[in-house]
Amino acid sequence: MKSLKAQNHPLSNSQYEIDLLESPDFGVSFVQKLEETNLFPLKPVQIETMQINMGKMCNQVCKHCHVDAGPDRKEIMTRDIMEQCLAVIENNHIKSLDLTGGAPEMNPEFRWFVSNIRSISPDINIIVRCNLTIILANPKYRDLPEFFKANQVEVVSSLPYFSAAKTDSQRGDGVFEKSIQALRMLNDIGYGMENSDLILNLVYNPSGAFLPAAQAGLEAEFKKKLKSNFNINFNSLFTITNVPISRFLEYLIRSENYEGYMEKLIESYNPTAAANVMCRTTISVGWDGYLYDCDFNQMLDLKVETPQSQHISDWNHSALKNRNIVVNQHCFGCTAGAGSSCGGATA
Amino acid sequence: MKTYYNPEDLKKFGKIGEFQKPLADKFFDYYGEVFKEGALTAREKSLIALAVAHAIQCPYCIDAYTVDTMEKGCDEEQMMEAVHVAAAIRGGASLVHSTQMMNKVKELSM
Repeated sequence: MKSLKAQNHPLSNSQYEIDLLESPDFGVSFVQKLEETNLFPLKPVQIETMQINMGKMCNQVCKHCHVDAGPDRKEIMTRDIMEQCLAVIENNHIKSLDLTGGAPEMNPEFRWFVSNIRSISPDINIIVRCNLTIILANPKYRDLPEFFKANQVEVVSSLPYFSAAKTDSQRGDGVFEKSIQALRMLNDIGYGMENSDLILNLVYNPSGAFLPAAQAGLEAEFKKKLKSNFNINFNSLFTITNVPISRFLEYLIRSENYEGYMEKLIESYNPTAAANVMCRTTISVGWDGYLYDCDFNQMLDLKVETPQSQHISDWNHSALKNRNIVVNQHCFGCTAGAGSSCGGATA
Repeated sequence: MKTYYNPEDLKKFGKIGEFQKPLADKFFDYYGEVFKEGALTAREKSLIALAVAHAIQCPYCIDAYTVDTMEKGCDEEQMMEAVHVAAAIRGGASLVHSTQMMNKVKELSM
């Protein structure tokens, strides 16, 4: 399967996506909902997390991917941009660094970057969003678990379900089996194990046009099934709602689920989830160094509303902390039901 | 084409109070309480509801509890097993009445 960009699909154009999201009349806009619940303009609480998208290159082509990542995507972060990120990390109170992609490990400078983050900031929480299969994709990646351990990296990995059929239908044929192998490798060196400080968290997102289950109950179910069927251990399960952009939006339209899904998100708007959205504590950095409120805004090319600080080279902490967060209709994905963030439910 | 069942009508369920509010309010309060986590989990209750929806053959309920069970993290295998429980009870309910038929046959036969 090719990326939307390689197909020249209209939905690979971010302005087309925004126009489409804004065009149907669902009776209410996200801004109106925020206004009704006294949250507009949406403001940051503080900047605790820097989420860095290291590039769109990936060994997988997942059907729901909001990045439209895949092997045919060549956009990756350069060492020059990483050095600028390191300078910001060193001089600001960033508590958590969240590395994502694509498959961030495919960036040739990935290990250099992680090692340098750890050396300049021994206490910072480094998260790598690892798709698991990358560990088995090539012999040069087989020692990633040891590399993660050596740098005290927290691993967060997608596993849409504890069965092959549902996982493979979303992430590609054979992904489940390889993911289980990779999880065993991580468990073998202590990740996700009781009494270990090596954290392995899993991410569930629905394989279709419906909302995720309650996080606590599903985590218990995942733990039971993965332990009994595959002897796999992990720490926490994060439930994430699919946000209607990019490939998931393409799926919604193609399957005629778009309107129903948007109605569901809107009717499930939860003010508590809206108050706790992750963009209030996060800055997202694109592969080319531009700054965004979140990874979804990044994919829609909605840059932060701070003209004096739009790029990592122009980092202005005060301006960013006082910015108005850019919102649009896709934001209903983070405020529905129990809420959704890269760390799971928020309400 | 007009039909007795319109999927759009499911969205109007909450508006039945328009004709009789006090009873509707009591029903929806009760309904909400029934489906909360209790001795049974919300997930287990949703699967029971899916099975009952098939037993009573209510298209609205089948739609609603298909979505609900998916949103409770159930997979297709679990959902179909729930429907088989309904089918087994319905089939069993017919078959167990055959004992009455057998009794009658034996009563009338030499």
